[in-house]
Amino acid sequence: MAFNLSEEGIKKVKQELSRYETKESAIIPSLFVAQKENNGWVNNDVIHALSKVMDIPASKINEVFKFYTMFNQKKVGKFHVQVCTNISCALNGSRELANHICHELKTKFEEVTPDGRFTVSKVECLGSCGTAPMMQVNDKYYENLTHESAMNLLRGMK
Amino acid sequence: MESKLLTEFYHLDEFRGIDGYKKNGGYVDLGRALKMQPQQIIDEVKASGLRGRGGAGFPTGTKWSFLPKNGEPRYLLCNADEGEPGTFKDRLMMERAPHQLIEGMIISAFAIGSKKSYIYVRGEYHYPISVLEKAIREAYDAGYLGKNILGSGFDHDMDVYSGAGAYICGEETGMISSLEGAKGQPKLKPPFPAVQGYLRKPTIVNNVETLAAVKYIIRDGAQAYRKHGTEKSPGTKLFSLSGNVMKPGNYEVPLAYPLIDLINKEGGGMKSGRKLKAVIPGGSSAPVITAAEVEKATLDYECLAGMGTMLGSGAVIVIDDSQCMVDMLGVLTHFYHHESCGQCTPCREGTGWLNKIVHSILEGKGRLQDIELLEKVADNMKGRTICALSDAAALPVLSFVSKFRDEFEFYVREGRSKVKGTTYAEMHH
Ligand SMILES: Cc1cc2nc3c(=O)[nH]c(=O)nc-3n(C[C@H](O)[C@H](O)[C@H](O)COP(=O)(O)O)c2cc1C
Ligand code: SF4
Ligand code: FES
Repeated sequence: MAFNLSEEGIKKVKQELSRYETKESAIIPSLFVAQKENNGWVNNDVIHALSKVMDIPASKINEVFKFYTMFNQKKVGKFHVQVCTNISCALNGSRELANHICHELKTKFEEVTPDGRFTVSKVECLGSCGTAPMMQVNDKYYENLTHESAMNLLRGMK
Repeated sequence: MESKLLTEFYHLDEFRGIDGYKKNGGYVDLGRALKMQPQQIIDEVKASGLRGRGGAGFPTGTKWSFLPKNGEPRYLLCNADEGEPGTFKDRLMMERAPHQLIEGMIISAFAIGSKKSYIYVRGEYHYPISVLEKAIREAYDAGYLGKNILGSGFDHDMDVYSGAGAYICGEETGMISSLEGAKGQPKLKPPFPAVQGYLRKPTIVNNVETLAAVKYIIRDGAQAYRKHGTEKSPGTKLFSLSGNVMKPGNYEVPLAYPLIDLINKEGGGMKSGRKLKAVIPGGSSAPVITAAEVEKATLDYECLAGMGTMLGSGAVIVIDDSQCMVDMLGVLTHFYHHESCGQCTPCREGTGWLNKIVHSILEGKGRLQDIELLEKVADNMKGRTICALSDAAALPVLSFVSKFRDEFEFYVREGRSKVKGTTYAEMHH
Protein backbone atom coordinates (compact mmCIF):
# COMPACT_ATOMS: atom_id res chain seq x y z
CA MET A 1 0.00 0.00 0.00
CA ALA A 2 1.47 3.33 -1.00
CA PHE A 3 2.31 5.73 1.77
CA ASN A 4 0.91 9.23 1.83
CA LEU A 5 1.64 11.96 4.31
CA SER A 6 -1.35 13.20 6.28
CA GLU A 7 -2.49 16.79 5.77
CA GLU A 8 -0.89 17.67 9.06
CA GLY A 9 2.32 15.99 7.90
CA ILE A 10 2.34 17.91 4.63
CA LYS A 11 1.86 21.12 6.56
CA LYS A 12 4.83 20.32 8.79
CA VAL A 13 7.05 19.43 5.83
CA LYS A 14 6.12 22.68 4.09
CA GLN A 15 7.01 24.61 7.25
CA GLU A 16 10.41 22.92 7.35
CA LEU A 17 10.91 23.70 3.65
CA SER A 18 10.67 27.41 4.32
CA ARG A 19 12.46 27.37 7.66
CA TYR A 20 16.09 27.13 6.54
CA GLU A 21 18.37 28.83 4.03
CA THR A 22 18.16 25.87 1.69
CA LYS A 23 15.39 23.49 0.87
CA GLU A 24 17.66 20.46 1.32
CA SER A 25 18.05 21.26 5.02
CA ALA A 26 14.41 20.21 5.37
CA ILE A 27 15.20 16.60 4.40
CA ILE A 28 16.21 15.44 7.88
CA PRO A 29 13.28 17.07 9.72
CA SER A 30 10.85 15.83 7.05
CA LEU A 31 12.17 12.28 7.28
CA PHE A 32 11.41 12.44 11.02
CA VAL A 33 7.85 13.58 10.29
CA ALA A 34 7.31 10.83 7.73
CA GLN A 35 8.93 8.12 9.85
CA LYS A 36 6.55 8.92 12.68
CA GLU A 37 3.55 8.65 10.37
CA ASN A 38 4.82 5.34 8.97
CA ASN A 39 4.96 3.59 12.37
CA GLY A 40 8.60 4.29 13.04
CA TRP A 41 10.37 3.27 9.86
CA VAL A 42 11.05 4.43 6.32
CA ASN A 43 10.78 2.54 3.05
CA ASN A 44 10.78 3.44 -0.63
CA ASP A 45 7.15 4.52 -0.60
CA VAL A 46 7.92 7.00 2.14
CA ILE A 47 10.89 8.38 0.22
CA HIS A 48 8.78 8.81 -2.90
CA ALA A 49 5.95 10.49 -1.04
CA LEU A 50 8.44 12.94 0.46
CA SER A 51 10.10 13.49 -2.89
CA LYS A 52 6.78 14.59 -4.36
CA VAL A 53 5.84 16.91 -1.53
CA MET A 54 9.33 18.41 -1.25
CA ASP A 55 10.15 18.51 -4.95
CA ILE A 56 13.57 17.01 -4.22
CA PRO A 57 14.80 13.91 -6.14
CA ALA A 58 14.12 10.64 -4.32
CA SER A 59 17.77 9.64 -4.79
CA LYS A 60 18.89 12.68 -2.79
CA ILE A 61 16.44 11.95 0.05
CA ASN A 62 17.45 8.31 0.01
CA GLU A 63 21.12 9.18 0.36
CA VAL A 64 20.44 11.26 3.47
CA PHE A 65 18.07 8.64 4.88
CA LYS A 66 20.70 5.89 4.63
CA PHE A 67 23.40 7.93 6.36
CA TYR A 68 21.73 8.53 9.72
CA THR A 69 21.05 5.85 12.32
CA MET A 70 17.89 7.42 13.71
CA PHE A 71 16.05 6.54 10.52
CA ASN A 72 14.98 2.93 10.63
CA GLN A 73 15.41 0.93 7.46
CA LYS A 74 13.38 -1.96 8.85
CA LYS A 75 10.12 -2.27 10.74
CA VAL A 76 10.46 -1.71 14.48
CA GLY A 77 8.15 -2.47 17.36
CA LYS A 78 5.84 0.11 18.88
CA PHE A 79 8.51 0.63 21.51
CA HIS A 80 12.03 0.83 20.18
CA VAL A 81 14.28 -0.07 23.11
CA GLN A 82 17.79 1.27 22.54
CA VAL A 83 20.34 0.24 25.13
CA CYS A 84 23.61 2.14 25.10
CA THR A 85 26.51 -0.29 25.07
CA ASN A 86 29.31 2.22 24.72
CA ILE A 87 32.13 2.48 27.21
CA SER A 88 30.74 4.20 30.31
CA CYS A 89 27.61 2.09 30.13
CA ALA A 90 29.62 -1.07 29.37
CA LEU A 91 31.64 -0.41 32.53
CA ASN A 92 28.33 -0.51 34.36
CA GLY A 93 26.93 -3.71 32.90
CA SER A 94 24.93 -2.39 29.95
CA ARG A 95 25.67 -5.32 27.65
CA GLU A 96 24.45 -7.74 30.28
CA LEU A 97 21.37 -5.54 30.64
CA ALA A 98 20.74 -5.55 26.90
CA ASN A 99 21.04 -9.34 26.80
CA HIS A 100 18.75 -9.64 29.82
CA ILE A 101 16.06 -7.52 28.16
CA CYS A 102 16.19 -9.67 25.02
CA HIS A 103 16.02 -12.82 27.11
CA GLU A 104 13.02 -11.60 29.12
CA LEU A 105 11.18 -10.38 26.04
CA LYS A 106 12.07 -13.66 24.31
CA THR A 107 13.48 -11.84 21.32
CA LYS A 108 16.70 -11.16 19.45
CA PHE A 109 18.32 -7.79 18.74
CA GLU A 110 16.72 -5.86 15.88
CA GLU A 111 13.70 -8.17 15.68
CA VAL A 112 10.09 -7.20 16.34
CA THR A 113 8.39 -9.19 19.09
CA PRO A 114 5.41 -11.25 17.81
CA ASP A 115 2.94 -8.90 19.55
CA GLY A 116 4.52 -5.98 17.69
CA ARG A 117 5.38 -4.14 20.88
CA PHE A 118 9.17 -4.22 21.09
CA THR A 119 12.38 -4.05 19.14
CA VAL A 120 15.60 -4.11 21.16
CA SER A 121 18.77 -2.50 19.78
CA LYS A 122 22.27 -1.89 21.07
CA VAL A 123 23.31 1.68 20.32
CA GLU A 124 26.31 3.97 20.76
CA CYS A 125 26.75 6.62 23.47
CA LEU A 126 23.59 8.65 24.08
CA GLY A 127 25.16 11.33 26.28
CA SER A 128 23.86 9.84 29.46
CA CYS A 129 27.08 8.24 30.65
CA GLY A 130 26.85 9.54 34.22
CA THR A 131 23.58 7.70 34.79
CA ALA A 132 24.62 4.35 33.32
CA PRO A 133 23.29 1.94 32.39
CA MET A 134 20.55 3.60 30.41
CA MET A 135 18.17 3.06 27.53
CA GLN A 136 16.18 5.22 25.20
CA VAL A 137 12.65 4.04 24.42
CA ASN A 138 11.23 6.01 21.50
CA ASP A 139 11.92 9.65 22.44
CA LYS A 140 12.59 9.18 26.16
CA TYR A 141 15.65 8.39 28.25
CA TYR A 142 15.51 5.97 31.19
CA GLU A 143 18.59 6.14 33.38
CA ASN A 144 20.31 4.41 36.30
CA LEU A 145 18.69 1.12 35.36
CA THR A 146 18.84 -2.26 37.02
CA HIS A 147 17.66 -5.47 35.33
CA GLU A 148 14.50 -5.26 37.42
CA SER A 149 13.73 -1.57 36.93
CA ALA A 150 14.26 -1.85 33.17
CA MET A 151 11.87 -4.80 32.89
CA ASN A 152 9.28 -3.10 35.09
CA LEU A 153 9.37 -0.03 32.88
CA LEU A 154 9.11 -2.07 29.69
CA ARG A 155 6.30 -4.29 30.95
CA GLY A 156 4.33 -1.15 31.81
CA MET A 157 4.53 0.16 28.24
CA LYS A 158 1.34 -0.60 26.44
CA MET B 1 38.21 31.11 45.43
CA GLU B 2 34.75 30.22 44.18
CA SER B 3 35.43 28.35 40.99
CA LYS B 4 31.98 27.93 39.54
CA LEU B 5 31.11 30.23 36.70
CA LEU B 6 28.85 28.34 34.35
CA THR B 7 27.18 26.09 36.87
CA GLU B 8 26.79 28.48 39.80
CA PHE B 9 23.00 28.55 39.49
CA TYR B 10 22.37 25.13 37.99
CA HIS B 11 20.74 23.93 41.21
CA LEU B 12 17.98 26.50 40.77
CA ASP B 13 15.02 25.28 38.74
CA GLU B 14 14.06 28.85 37.93
CA PHE B 15 17.38 29.32 36.09
CA ARG B 16 15.87 27.40 33.16
CA GLY B 17 13.26 30.03 32.37
CA ILE B 18 13.90 33.58 31.22
CA ASP B 19 12.61 35.27 34.39
CA GLY B 20 14.68 33.18 36.76
CA TYR B 21 17.66 33.52 34.49
CA LYS B 22 17.37 37.31 34.49
CA LYS B 23 16.93 37.35 38.26
CA ASN B 24 20.34 35.70 38.52
CA GLY B 25 22.33 37.99 36.26
CA GLY B 26 20.97 36.82 32.93
CA TYR B 27 21.18 39.04 29.84
CA VAL B 28 22.98 41.82 31.76
CA ASP B 29 26.16 41.03 29.90
CA LEU B 30 24.40 41.04 26.55
CA GLY B 31 23.37 44.63 27.25
CA ARG B 32 26.93 45.48 28.17
CA ALA B 33 28.40 43.72 25.12
CA LEU B 34 26.10 45.52 22.71
CA LYS B 35 27.58 48.81 23.92
CA MET B 36 31.12 47.63 23.13
CA GLN B 37 32.81 47.59 19.74
CA PRO B 38 32.71 44.07 18.23
CA GLN B 39 36.50 44.10 17.93
CA GLN B 40 36.76 44.92 21.64
CA ILE B 41 34.84 41.73 22.44
CA ILE B 42 37.07 39.66 20.18
CA ASP B 43 40.13 41.19 21.87
CA GLU B 44 38.71 40.41 25.30
CA VAL B 45 38.03 36.78 24.32
CA LYS B 46 41.56 36.56 22.91
CA ALA B 47 43.03 38.03 26.08
CA SER B 48 41.06 35.59 28.22
CA GLY B 49 42.88 32.70 26.57
CA LEU B 50 39.60 30.76 26.24
CA ARG B 51 40.16 27.51 24.35
CA GLY B 52 37.50 25.51 22.54
CA ARG B 53 35.73 23.06 24.83
CA GLY B 54 34.58 20.72 22.06
CA GLY B 55 37.73 18.65 21.93
CA ALA B 56 40.58 20.31 20.10
CA GLY B 57 41.20 23.16 22.55
CA PHE B 58 41.83 25.73 19.82
CA PRO B 59 41.98 29.36 21.07
CA THR B 60 38.54 30.84 20.46
CA GLY B 61 39.56 34.46 19.90
CA THR B 62 42.16 33.37 17.35
CA LYS B 63 39.59 31.31 15.47
CA TRP B 64 37.27 34.30 15.33
CA SER B 65 40.10 36.43 13.90
CA PHE B 66 40.36 34.13 10.86
CA LEU B 67 37.06 35.51 9.56
CA PRO B 68 37.47 37.73 6.52
CA LYS B 69 37.29 41.41 7.43
CA ASN B 70 34.57 42.37 5.03
CA GLY B 71 30.82 42.72 5.17
CA GLU B 72 30.21 39.23 3.75
CA PRO B 73 27.39 37.40 5.59
CA ARG B 74 28.70 34.89 8.11
CA TYR B 75 27.19 32.21 10.29
CA LEU B 76 27.66 31.09 13.85
CA LEU B 77 27.09 27.38 14.50
CA CYS B 78 26.89 25.99 17.97
CA ASN B 79 28.11 22.42 18.13
CA ALA B 80 25.72 20.53 20.40
CA ASP B 81 26.17 17.18 18.70
CA GLU B 82 27.86 15.77 21.81
CA GLY B 83 28.67 12.31 20.55
CA GLU B 84 32.08 11.66 22.07
CA PRO B 85 31.52 8.64 24.32
CA GLY B 86 31.69 9.64 27.96
CA THR B 87 30.56 13.22 27.37
CA PHE B 88 27.27 14.53 28.75
CA LYS B 89 28.01 18.11 29.79
CA ASP B 90 26.40 19.95 26.88
CA ARG B 91 23.17 18.15 27.58
CA LEU B 92 23.25 19.40 31.18
CA MET B 93 24.01 22.94 30.03
CA MET B 94 21.13 22.99 27.56
CA GLU B 95 18.67 21.47 30.02
CA ARG B 96 19.67 23.57 33.01
CA ALA B 97 20.58 26.87 31.43
CA PRO B 98 19.37 27.29 27.85
CA HIS B 99 19.43 31.09 28.18
CA GLN B 100 23.06 31.06 29.26
CA LEU B 101 23.96 29.45 25.94
CA ILE B 102 21.66 31.77 24.01
CA GLU B 103 23.14 34.85 25.70
CA GLY B 104 26.69 33.65 25.03
CA MET B 105 25.75 33.03 21.42
CA ILE B 106 24.19 36.45 20.86
CA ILE B 107 27.28 38.13 22.33
CA SER B 108 29.54 35.98 20.14
CA ALA B 109 27.41 36.63 17.05
CA PHE B 110 27.59 40.37 17.68
CA ALA B 111 31.36 40.14 18.04
CA ILE B 112 31.83 38.34 14.73
CA GLY B 113 29.07 40.23 12.91
CA SER B 114 26.75 37.30 12.29
CA LYS B 115 23.04 37.76 11.71
CA LYS B 116 22.13 34.08 11.83
CA SER B 117 23.06 31.19 14.07
CA TYR B 118 22.08 27.57 14.45
CA ILE B 119 22.41 25.25 17.38
CA TYR B 120 23.06 21.81 15.89
CA VAL B 121 21.84 19.33 18.50
CA ARG B 122 22.16 15.57 18.23
CA GLY B 123 18.79 14.09 17.28
CA GLU B 124 18.50 11.86 20.33
CA TYR B 125 18.36 14.94 22.57
CA HIS B 126 14.59 15.44 22.16
CA TYR B 127 14.21 17.00 25.57
CA PRO B 128 17.12 19.48 25.33
CA ILE B 129 15.84 20.48 21.89
CA SER B 130 12.41 21.26 23.29
CA VAL B 131 13.98 23.26 26.14
CA LEU B 132 16.07 25.28 23.67
CA GLU B 133 13.16 25.93 21.33
CA LYS B 134 11.10 27.29 24.18
CA ALA B 135 13.97 29.45 25.43
CA ILE B 136 14.58 30.87 21.94
CA ARG B 137 10.91 31.87 21.73
CA GLU B 138 11.21 33.56 25.12
CA ALA B 139 14.32 35.41 23.97
CA TYR B 140 12.52 36.67 20.85
CA ASP B 141 9.56 37.83 22.94
CA ALA B 142 11.90 39.70 25.26
CA GLY B 143 13.66 41.44 22.37
CA TYR B 144 17.02 39.67 22.79
CA LEU B 145 16.66 38.08 19.37
CA GLY B 146 15.25 39.49 16.14
CA LYS B 147 15.58 43.00 14.81
CA ASN B 148 17.40 45.86 16.52
CA ILE B 149 18.26 43.95 19.70
CA LEU B 150 17.92 46.22 22.76
CA GLY B 151 17.94 49.25 20.48
CA SER B 152 21.52 48.53 19.37
CA GLY B 153 20.77 48.28 15.67
CA PHE B 154 22.10 44.69 15.71
CA ASP B 155 19.82 42.03 14.20
CA HIS B 156 20.18 38.36 14.93
CA ASP B 157 18.10 35.24 14.27
CA MET B 158 18.69 31.90 15.96
CA ASP B 159 17.29 28.44 15.30
CA VAL B 160 17.82 24.86 16.38
CA TYR B 161 18.65 22.03 13.99
CA SER B 162 18.26 18.42 14.95
CA GLY B 163 20.78 15.84 13.80
CA ALA B 164 19.67 12.29 13.14
CA GLY B 165 22.25 9.98 14.66
CA ALA B 166 25.84 10.18 13.40
CA TYR B 167 28.91 10.82 15.56
CA ILE B 168 30.73 12.26 12.58
CA CYS B 169 28.34 15.23 12.50
CA GLY B 170 30.18 16.49 15.57
CA GLU B 171 33.19 17.13 13.37
CA GLU B 172 32.72 20.72 12.28
CA THR B 173 32.73 20.20 8.53
CA GLY B 174 30.59 17.06 8.87
CA MET B 175 28.14 19.21 10.79
CA ILE B 176 28.14 21.79 8.03
CA SER B 177 27.42 19.11 5.41
CA SER B 178 24.61 17.81 7.55
CA LEU B 179 23.09 21.25 8.08
CA GLU B 180 23.23 21.78 4.33
CA GLY B 181 20.96 18.80 3.94
CA ALA B 182 23.50 16.23 2.81
CA LYS B 183 25.19 13.18 4.29
CA GLY B 184 27.23 14.37 7.27
CA GLN B 185 30.57 13.80 5.60
CA PRO B 186 33.54 15.99 6.56
CA LYS B 187 35.14 18.20 3.94
CA LEU B 188 38.80 18.67 3.20
CA LYS B 189 40.47 21.58 5.04
CA PRO B 190 41.60 24.15 3.97
CA PRO B 191 39.46 26.05 3.31
CA PHE B 192 38.61 26.25 7.00
CA PRO B 193 35.02 27.03 7.92
CA ALA B 194 35.98 30.52 9.09
CA VAL B 195 36.82 31.29 5.47
CA GLN B 196 34.35 29.01 3.69
CA GLY B 197 31.84 27.08 5.74
CA TYR B 198 28.06 26.76 5.79
CA LEU B 199 26.74 27.48 2.27
CA ARG B 200 30.35 28.43 1.44
CA LYS B 201 30.06 31.49 3.65
CA PRO B 202 32.46 32.27 6.50
CA THR B 203 31.33 30.23 9.51
CA ILE B 204 32.40 29.92 13.10
CA VAL B 205 31.75 26.59 14.79
CA ASN B 206 32.05 26.51 18.57
CA ASN B 207 31.04 24.08 21.26
CA VAL B 208 28.14 24.78 23.67
CA GLU B 209 30.46 25.29 26.63
CA THR B 210 32.80 27.60 24.70
CA LEU B 211 29.98 29.92 23.67
CA ALA B 212 28.40 29.96 27.12
CA ALA B 213 31.79 30.87 28.66
CA VAL B 214 31.95 34.03 26.53
CA LYS B 215 29.26 35.57 28.74
CA TYR B 216 31.49 35.23 31.80
CA ILE B 217 34.48 36.72 30.03
CA ILE B 218 32.36 39.78 29.28
CA ARG B 219 30.95 39.79 32.81
CA ASP B 220 34.25 39.49 34.68
CA GLY B 221 36.77 40.66 32.09
CA ALA B 222 39.62 38.65 30.63
CA GLN B 223 41.96 39.23 33.55
CA ALA B 224 39.48 37.99 36.15
CA TYR B 225 38.66 34.98 33.97
CA ARG B 226 42.36 34.16 33.91
CA LYS B 227 42.42 33.88 37.70
CA HIS B 228 40.96 30.41 37.16
CA GLY B 229 43.23 27.76 35.73
CA THR B 230 46.75 28.33 34.40
CA GLU B 231 48.52 30.65 32.00
CA LYS B 232 48.03 28.32 29.03
CA SER B 233 44.80 26.68 30.18
CA PRO B 234 42.78 29.50 31.69
CA GLY B 235 39.25 29.29 33.03
CA THR B 236 36.99 26.63 34.39
CA LYS B 237 35.67 23.57 32.63
CA LEU B 238 32.91 21.06 33.05
CA PHE B 239 34.16 17.50 33.40
CA SER B 240 31.80 14.61 32.73
CA LEU B 241 32.85 11.96 35.20
CA SER B 242 31.64 8.43 34.48
CA GLY B 243 32.54 4.77 34.81
CA ASN B 244 33.28 2.96 38.05
CA VAL B 245 33.01 5.88 40.49
CA MET B 246 30.60 6.40 43.38
CA LYS B 247 29.21 9.72 42.20
CA PRO B 248 29.38 10.10 38.45
CA GLY B 249 28.20 13.45 37.12
CA ASN B 250 29.24 16.79 35.68
CA TYR B 251 31.62 18.86 37.78
CA GLU B 252 32.90 22.33 37.03
CA VAL B 253 36.43 22.89 38.31
CA PRO B 254 39.26 25.23 37.34
CA LEU B 255 41.55 23.83 34.67
CA ALA B 256 44.66 22.15 36.09
CA TYR B 257 42.57 20.59 38.86
CA PRO B 258 44.17 17.31 40.00
CA LEU B 259 42.57 14.34 38.25
CA ILE B 260 42.79 12.18 41.35
CA ASP B 261 40.85 14.81 43.32
CA LEU B 262 38.11 14.84 40.72
CA ILE B 263 37.79 11.09 41.16
CA ASN B 264 38.07 10.98 44.94
CA LYS B 265 36.56 14.28 46.10
CA GLU B 266 33.93 15.18 43.51
CA GLY B 267 33.39 11.60 42.44
CA GLY B 268 33.40 10.07 45.93
CA GLY B 269 36.07 7.52 45.03
CA MET B 270 35.77 4.13 43.46
CA LYS B 271 32.56 2.10 43.47
CA SER B 272 32.22 -1.11 45.48
CA GLY B 273 35.59 -0.54 47.13
CA ARG B 274 37.43 -1.55 43.98
CA LYS B 275 40.83 -0.28 42.93
CA LEU B 276 41.53 2.23 40.22
CA LYS B 277 43.12 0.68 37.16
CA ALA B 278 42.98 3.25 34.38
CA VAL B 279 41.37 6.47 33.22
CA ILE B 280 40.44 7.74 29.78
CA PRO B 281 40.72 11.45 30.55
CA GLY B 282 39.17 13.22 27.56
CA GLY B 283 36.48 11.15 25.90
CA SER B 284 36.87 7.84 24.11
CA SER B 285 39.31 9.29 21.56
CA ALA B 286 41.88 10.13 24.25
CA PRO B 287 44.63 7.59 24.98
CA VAL B 288 44.16 5.75 28.27
CA ILE B 289 46.45 6.38 31.26
CA THR B 290 47.30 4.02 34.12
CA ALA B 291 46.48 4.49 37.81
CA ALA B 292 50.09 5.52 38.47
CA GLU B 293 49.85 8.21 35.80
CA VAL B 294 46.52 9.40 37.17
CA GLU B 295 48.26 10.36 40.42
CA LYS B 296 50.41 12.87 38.55
CA ALA B 297 47.82 14.18 36.13
CA THR B 298 46.21 17.60 36.27
CA LEU B 299 43.25 18.49 34.11
CA ASP B 300 44.78 21.00 31.73
CA TYR B 301 45.69 20.80 28.07
CA GLU B 302 49.46 20.83 28.63
CA CYS B 303 49.76 18.27 31.39
CA LEU B 304 47.64 15.69 29.59
CA ALA B 305 49.35 16.32 26.25
CA GLY B 306 52.66 15.83 28.04
CA MET B 307 51.44 12.41 29.14
CA GLY B 308 50.63 11.48 25.56
CA THR B 309 46.90 11.87 26.00
CA MET B 310 44.49 14.80 25.84
CA LEU B 311 41.89 16.83 27.66
CA GLY B 312 39.50 16.47 24.71
CA SER B 313 35.88 17.07 25.62
CA GLY B 314 36.55 16.70 29.36
CA ALA B 315 34.97 13.27 29.63
CA VAL B 316 36.78 11.42 32.39
CA ILE B 317 36.05 7.70 32.17
CA VAL B 318 37.16 5.76 35.23
CA ILE B 319 38.00 2.06 34.93
CA ASP B 320 38.41 -0.24 37.95
CA ASP B 321 40.50 -3.37 38.38
CA SER B 322 37.60 -5.73 37.66
CA GLN B 323 37.47 -4.61 34.03
CA CYS B 324 39.08 -6.45 31.14
CA MET B 325 40.98 -4.01 28.89
CA VAL B 326 40.71 -6.25 25.82
CA ASP B 327 36.95 -6.27 26.26
CA MET B 328 36.85 -2.48 26.72
CA LEU B 329 38.98 -1.90 23.64
CA GLY B 330 36.50 -4.05 21.72
CA VAL B 331 33.76 -1.61 22.71
CA LEU B 332 35.79 1.29 21.33
CA THR B 333 36.89 -0.35 18.07
CA HIS B 334 33.28 -1.29 17.42
CA PHE B 335 32.24 2.32 17.92
CA TYR B 336 34.79 3.82 15.52
CA HIS B 337 34.13 1.19 12.89
CA HIS B 338 30.42 1.94 13.13
CA GLU B 339 30.96 5.72 12.93
CA SER B 340 33.59 6.02 10.18
CA CYS B 341 31.88 7.85 7.33
CA GLY B 342 33.82 5.80 4.81
CA GLN B 343 35.27 8.55 2.63
CA CYS B 344 38.95 7.81 3.35
CA THR B 345 40.44 4.38 2.75
CA PRO B 346 42.80 4.31 5.79
CA CYS B 347 39.90 5.12 8.11
CA ARG B 348 37.23 2.95 6.48
CA GLU B 349 39.47 -0.09 6.16
CA GLY B 350 41.53 0.57 9.27
CA THR B 351 38.60 0.85 11.67
CA GLY B 352 37.22 -2.38 10.20
CA TRP B 353 40.51 -4.20 10.66
CA LEU B 354 41.01 -2.97 14.21
CA ASN B 355 37.57 -4.13 15.20
CA LYS B 356 37.97 -7.48 13.49
CA ILE B 357 41.32 -8.19 15.11
CA VAL B 358 40.25 -7.22 18.64
CA HIS B 359 37.10 -9.30 18.31
CA SER B 360 38.97 -12.30 16.98
CA ILE B 361 41.18 -12.08 20.09
CA LEU B 362 38.05 -11.80 22.25
CA GLU B 363 36.61 -14.88 20.60
CA GLY B 364 39.72 -16.86 21.40
CA LYS B 365 40.98 -16.92 17.82
CA GLY B 366 43.82 -14.44 18.27
CA ARG B 367 47.47 -15.04 17.47
CA LEU B 368 50.40 -13.32 19.14
CA GLN B 369 51.31 -11.50 15.94
CA ASP B 370 47.81 -9.97 15.96
CA ILE B 371 48.89 -7.68 18.77
CA GLU B 372 51.63 -6.24 16.58
CA LEU B 373 49.23 -6.16 13.67
CA LEU B 374 46.90 -3.98 15.73
CA GLU B 375 49.72 -1.52 16.26
CA LYS B 376 50.70 -1.58 12.61
CA VAL B 377 47.17 -0.99 11.38
CA ALA B 378 46.66 1.82 13.90
CA ASP B 379 49.95 3.47 12.91
CA ASN B 380 48.88 3.52 9.28
CA MET B 381 45.65 5.33 10.12
CA LYS B 382 47.32 8.39 11.60
CA GLY B 383 47.51 11.77 9.89
CA ARG B 384 46.37 10.64 6.47
CA THR B 385 42.67 11.38 6.34
CA ILE B 386 40.15 14.16 5.78
CA CYS B 387 39.19 14.42 9.43
CA ALA B 388 40.54 13.40 12.82
CA LEU B 389 38.23 10.41 13.36
CA SER B 390 40.83 8.07 11.94
CA ASP B 391 43.43 9.25 14.46
CA ALA B 392 40.80 9.17 17.18
CA ALA B 393 40.26 5.49 16.43
CA ALA B 394 43.95 4.65 16.25
CA LEU B 395 45.22 6.38 19.39
CA PRO B 396 43.15 4.46 21.98
CA VAL B 397 44.25 1.18 20.37
CA LEU B 398 47.93 2.07 20.60
CA SER B 399 47.59 3.15 24.24
CA PHE B 400 45.55 0.12 25.34
CA VAL B 401 47.96 -2.31 23.70
CA SER B 402 51.13 -0.64 24.97
CA LYS B 403 49.94 -0.05 28.54
CA PHE B 404 48.04 -3.30 29.10
CA ARG B 405 50.01 -5.61 26.84
CA ASP B 406 50.02 -8.39 29.44
CA GLU B 407 46.22 -8.58 29.25
CA PHE B 408 46.31 -8.87 25.46
CA GLU B 409 49.04 -11.51 25.51
CA PHE B 410 47.27 -13.54 28.18
CA TYR B 411 44.02 -13.43 26.22
CA VAL B 412 45.73 -14.63 23.06
CA ARG B 413 47.57 -17.45 24.84
CA GLU B 414 44.70 -18.67 27.02
CA GLY B 415 41.67 -17.69 24.98
CA ARG B 416 40.11 -16.01 27.99
CA SER B 417 40.35 -12.78 29.97
CA LYS B 418 43.20 -12.43 32.42
CA VAL B 419 41.05 -10.29 34.71
CA LYS B 420 37.70 -12.05 34.45
CA GLY B 421 39.07 -15.54 33.96
CA THR B 422 36.27 -16.19 31.48
CA THR B 423 35.72 -16.05 27.73
CA TYR B 424 33.95 -13.23 25.92
CA ALA B 425 30.69 -15.17 25.63
CA GLU B 426 30.75 -16.01 29.33
CA MET B 427 31.52 -12.43 30.32
CA HIS B 428 28.24 -10.89 29.24
CA HIS B 429 25.57 -13.42 30.08
C1 LIG C 1 35.12 12.79 14.93
C2 LIG C 1 34.94 14.09 15.61
C3 LIG C 1 33.84 14.32 16.42
C4 LIG C 1 33.65 15.53 17.07
N1 LIG C 1 32.56 15.70 17.86
C5 LIG C 1 32.36 16.89 18.48
C6 LIG C 1 31.20 17.11 19.28
O1 LIG C 1 30.35 16.22 19.46
N2 LIG C 1 31.04 18.32 19.87
C7 LIG C 1 31.95 19.33 19.69
O2 LIG C 1 31.76 20.42 20.23
N3 LIG C 1 33.05 19.14 18.95
C8 LIG C 1 33.27 17.96 18.33
N4 LIG C 1 34.38 17.80 17.53
C9 LIG C 1 35.28 18.95 17.35
C10 LIG C 1 34.77 19.89 16.24
O3 LIG C 1 35.27 19.45 15.00
C11 LIG C 1 35.24 21.33 16.44
O4 LIG C 1 36.61 21.33 16.64
C12 LIG C 1 34.60 22.03 17.61
O5 LIG C 1 33.20 21.97 17.55
C13 LIG C 1 35.03 23.48 17.65
O6 LIG C 1 34.47 24.12 18.77
P1 LIG C 1 35.40 24.63 19.97
O7 LIG C 1 36.57 25.33 19.35
O8 LIG C 1 34.52 25.55 20.72
O9 LIG C 1 35.80 23.44 20.73
C14 LIG C 1 34.60 16.57 16.90
C15 LIG C 1 35.72 16.35 16.10
C16 LIG C 1 35.90 15.12 15.47
C17 LIG C 1 37.11 14.92 14.62
S1 SF4 D 1 38.73 10.14 8.54
FE1 SF4 D 1 37.09 8.63 8.60
S2 SF4 D 1 35.32 9.74 9.41
FE2 SF4 D 1 36.83 11.29 8.79
S3 SF4 D 1 36.26 11.83 6.70
FE3 SF4 D 1 37.75 10.17 6.54
S4 SF4 D 1 36.51 8.27 6.47
FE4 SF4 D 1 35.18 9.92 7.19
S1 FES E 1 28.39 5.56 27.22
FE1 FES E 1 26.31 5.08 27.45
S2 FES E 1 25.33 7.00 27.41
FE2 FES E 1 27.42 7.49 27.07
